[in-house]
Amino acid sequence: MGNKQTTFTDEQLEAYQDCTFFTRKEILRLHSRYRELAPHLVPLDYTNNPDIRVPLTLIVTMPELKVCQGPSEGRHCWRLDCRLTVCLCWQENPFRDRIVETFSEDGQGNLTFNDFVDMFSALCETSPRELKTIYAFKIYDYNRDNFICKEDLEKTLNKLTKGELTPEEVALVCDKAIEEADLDADNKLSFADFENMISKAPDFLSNFHVRI
Amino acid sequence: MPPKRKNDTAIKVEDVGMDVDAVLDSGSEEEARRRTKNRRIKPQRKAKQVSDDEEEEEEDEAPKKRGRKKKPKPQDSDEDDEEDKRSVKSKGSKVSRKKAQKDDSDEESEEDRGKRKKGGAVSKKEKEEQNKDKKGNPKERRRDSKGGDKDKKKKNGKLSSSSDSGESDEDSLSEGELAALKEQVEEKKKLIATLRNKPWRMKRRLVLLKEAQEFVEKFEGALGKGRGRKLYAFKVMMTKKFIKFKRDFENFKTACIPWERKIKEVESHFGSSVASYFIFLRWMYGVNLVLFGLMFGLVVLPEVLMGLPYGSIPRKTVPREEQDSAMDFSVLFDFGGYCKYSILFYGYYNNSPTIGVLKFRLPLSYLLVGVGIFGYSLMVVVRMMARNANEGGDGADEGEFTFSWKMFTSWDYLIGNPETADNKYASITTSFKESIVDEQENQKDENIHLRRFLRVLANLMILCCLGGSGYLIYYAVKRSQEFSKMDPDDLSWLQKNEVEIVMSLLGLVCPPLFETIAELEKYHPRIALKWQLGRIFALFLGNLYTFLFALFDEVTAKLESEKIIKNATEWGLNEYYANYSSFYNTTNVPPPNVDPADVVRGPCWETAVGIEFVKLTVSDIQVTYLTILIGDFLRAVTVRFLNYCWCWDLEAGFPSYAEFDISGNVLGLIFNQGMIWMGAFYAPGLVGLNVLRLLTSMYYQCWAVMACNVPHERVFKASRSNNFYMGLLLLVLFLSLLPVVYTIMTLSPSFDCGPFSGQDKMYDVVMETIEKDLPAFIGNIFTYATNPGLIMPAVLLMVLALYYLNTTSKGYQQANLDLKKKMQMARDEEKNRRNNKDSTNQVMKDLEDLLPNKSLVPPPTEEEPPPPDVVTEKGSKSPKTKPGSATKGVNLQKEVSLAASNPRGPVTRAPGPRGGPPGNTRGPQPGPGRGRGAPPRK
Repeated sequence: MGNKQTTFTDEQLEAYQDCTFFTRKEILRLHSRYRELAPHLVPLDYTNNPDIRVPLTLIVTMPELKVCQGPSEGRHCWRLDCRLTVCLCWQENPFRDRIVETFSEDGQGNLTFNDFVDMFSALCETSPRELKTIYAFKIYDYNRDNFICKEDLEKTLNKLTKGELTPEEVALVCDKAIEEADLDADNKLSFADFENMISKAPDFLSNFHVRI
Repeated sequence: MPPKRKNDTAIKVEDVGMDVDAVLDSGSEEEARRRTKNRRIKPQRKAKQVSDDEEEEEEDEAPKKRGRKKKPKPQDSDEDDEEDKRSVKSKGSKVSRKKAQKDDSDEESEEDRGKRKKGGAVSKKEKEEQNKDKKGNPKERRRDSKGGDKDKKKKNGKLSSSSDSGESDEDSLSEGELAALKEQVEEKKKLIATLRNKPWRMKRRLVLLKEAQEFVEKFEGALGKGRGRKLYAFKVMMTKKFIKFKRDFENFKTACIPWERKIKEVESHFGSSVASYFIFLRWMYGVNLVLFGLMFGLVVLPEVLMGLPYGSIPRKTVPREEQDSAMDFSVLFDFGGYCKYSILFYGYYNNSPTIGVLKFRLPLSYLLVGVGIFGYSLMVVVRMMARNANEGGDGADEGEFTFSWKMFTSWDYLIGNPETADNKYASITTSFKESIVDEQENQKDENIHLRRFLRVLANLMILCCLGGSGYLIYYAVKRSQEFSKMDPDDLSWLQKNEVEIVMSLLGLVCPPLFETIAELEKYHPRIALKWQLGRIFALFLGNLYTFLFALFDEVTAKLESEKIIKNATEWGLNEYYANYSSFYNTTNVPPPNVDPADVVRGPCWETAVGIEFVKLTVSDIQVTYLTILIGDFLRAVTVRFLNYCWCWDLEAGFPSYAEFDISGNVLGLIFNQGMIWMGAFYAPGLVGLNVLRLLTSMYYQCWAVMACNVPHERVFKASRSNNFYMGLLLLVLFLSLLPVVYTIMTLSPSFDCGPFSGQDKMYDVVMETIEKDLPAFIGNIFTYATNPGLIMPAVLLMVLALYYLNTTSKGYQQANLDLKKKMQMARDEEKNRRNNKDSTNQVMKDLEDLLPNKSLVPPPTEEEPPPPDVVTEKGSKSPKTKPGSATKGVNLQKEVSLAASNPRGPVTRAPGPRGGPPGNTRGPQPGPGRGRGAPPRK
């Protein structure tokens, strides 16, 4: 991390700070994180905005997490500077594929650095509820039709419970969920329904973020 | 206005998605309307049942559009093309196009005028907006085409062209233009400030940011003339600097928050609920740090620096008879000896009205700090509560969204430990199963009488426990008073510390007992937790107050003995003066020359109370730490190492590892804080002690929880109870405020110790200051202010204000309820209509009766047959439409579906049984009777 000077120009850093909830240091840190994912792909020099994408498989596995675990077993935090560790809590998240897909510009899960920063900015602690709601909706909307329909719900539910519910139970739960939240009775959740439901949820904000 | 809002949200959602193809920064209404026009493409492509109703509504908003709507859409796309060409052209020849561009925009605005029938001349502002639109449109297309570098070039060209036109505007700066420009600049600035909140792709954000910045930079200088110009530039520079400074300050502030890493580590292992305890602990530490600063800076430090040194006056000296044992550890450990006569306690402080060269009014400062601690704590707690209330959901009814909340918000994104994650999966699964069971047998009443009986029995038992513990404490305190009258040498350590031991033991034994009793009641775990918390709270509170009452008895006894000693001392002094003056025959009597250690002194009840509280706190710390050491650490060690040679699996079986007891720990913290608040007035050192305690317990508990605890099997929610805890804290604060204020206002301070000695009441210090040291008019004001004639109206006014606020809040509540009811009704009606076509609306019913028999006619014929190309289009475009699909297709689709004027929306699936179970909702449904009834928005 000793080569801050060449990674980004000052304007770039300022621009990133304007566009995200991160500080300068954190952006640099994110870059080094990003670079560690695929050292052969990602250049150190980002001053001319190279158009590079890191594929989904690499991001989802985040291999260097395991390398950095070190002696303290089971710890998915890695230390970047004296003050902060980055706890991505990534490996355990059942939705990680989906998150990456949502934030990738091509929808396939290939992230450019911009997408990468975008992802963590939206998921960080300080981002507002509205923004999080939008992205959460996107994440749970598997088939990208701008509605959360039953199939999406089933997928979510199976990921949440690791498929331990019987199909009947899954169907029941999905029906109930739609019945509860669906305000316009079209049997699927539009964004308005979702927003209305989430805005009342007590622990959406506290749960829906990834620390960096 | 609803349509606009709707569009905004639609934009938001779609923007995030892959298929982003539009949207400018939010602008004026015209712009929005224009957008609406473009936007209409979208819903129809995506979800076919975009309600025509809604569209109609929008049209009502802008009725003039209707005529244009009827026109085939191609015109629209033509327009787009035209604009495209235009932008290309402008790219080609930047400067020279300026004039033509203006013409173009005039043309366009003329069109607009025709459409909108605005009448009147086109204002400059509109022109500006046209420019902007132009600016935006290429961008839209660019986003669609997704070209890389080409885009950039295009953009640059476009940017310069627009700025050129701007410069041309600059040449003839009229008032209107100036205002418009200013407005635009402000808009851009706003955009820069809020950019990070926009759900856009980073690339787009960066581009927009750059654009906006350049724009602002370019035109900022143009605003204002002459001197104003300079001033403006200066102002701009200052705001820039200020923003930079603010950003740095924010960075610094986040760097200053301690233990962030530790807490994150805990969080990733145990989930957010355990972490919430540590965050609470940290917050408490912050509050105590401020209290400590107040106490230390305004009371302790001045006394140490400027007050009389130790041994100069009786109250600052250990009495002769205690001096031999004053350094013994056992005495010091009980806060006797040198501890008792130190700055830690009330008695040490001198009552001289001012001390040192600075003439610091210590007694006044002491009183004000004592009260200020409460004031500050109240303020902080209430503010925190308000913030929590804002943050947490606005309190929908529990159970309204049980399943959806579980579905969408139950995963804790912070969990990073496989074991915790497994537990979380399990707990989510069980909670789903529980809810399912609840739902299935909603009201299955098995022997309700037995249940009720058991609950009453449990409550009775718990009441007995509470009463018993209260009596035990009272008894112990009484006994300790008797002990204190005896010679301290005869007493064992046990006898001396009886009260503290009893209280700590009760706190240790009773909660598990309550939990066992609560098993009888068979409440839902969350309700059970609430009950449990309430009971423990009652226990602690009861104990504390019993302790206080017993203490009051002691204080009154001490006051009696003090009176005797005081009289004796006064009598002795009088005798001395009389003898001295008669002996030497002089009125100039020097004070008696006695060593301060030998002076007879009163019991000083304030210090005694302070010592009690300090002892209580210390024993609390001891018990807590020992419990962690034994209950968690030793248990973990035993389980871990004995497991190799034991007959059953210790880890999975009986003792297992301990879980972190969040509620118990939080309550312990709250009560500890209550004791601090109560005792701080009589023992200024207590706050410092508490800061130390919190500091150590942060590290100690962090270590303990990481080393010896296992994640919860049932990870229950913490955030909801957050304000519950804060509420408890507030209650404790209030309850600890009562005795302190009571003693300040009613009891008379000791005559020979503490800053208020010699006064009749403690608050007399304030009166004295007002009367003697402040200018006379302030005293007058004060007397007026304390006049009942003024206080009564003030109280009345406050009552009126309360009443008014209460009424308005009730009104809002009522409105809320009404709206909710309305929504519910709309929903039900919709559902009814959908399920069995049995509308509650009579007119609709009649209308439906007029329709041909549904069972005989297949649905497609019932509705007007949609144009075939729509169906095919839809078929090919499953909801999985890939991003960036050709805009042409969209346009086509839009025009087609608009041309088809059937209100029911096109059919997309094979005719099937109507009103079947809402099972297969794959793909859009056929429209309901008359499209979507109530839009979701209010």
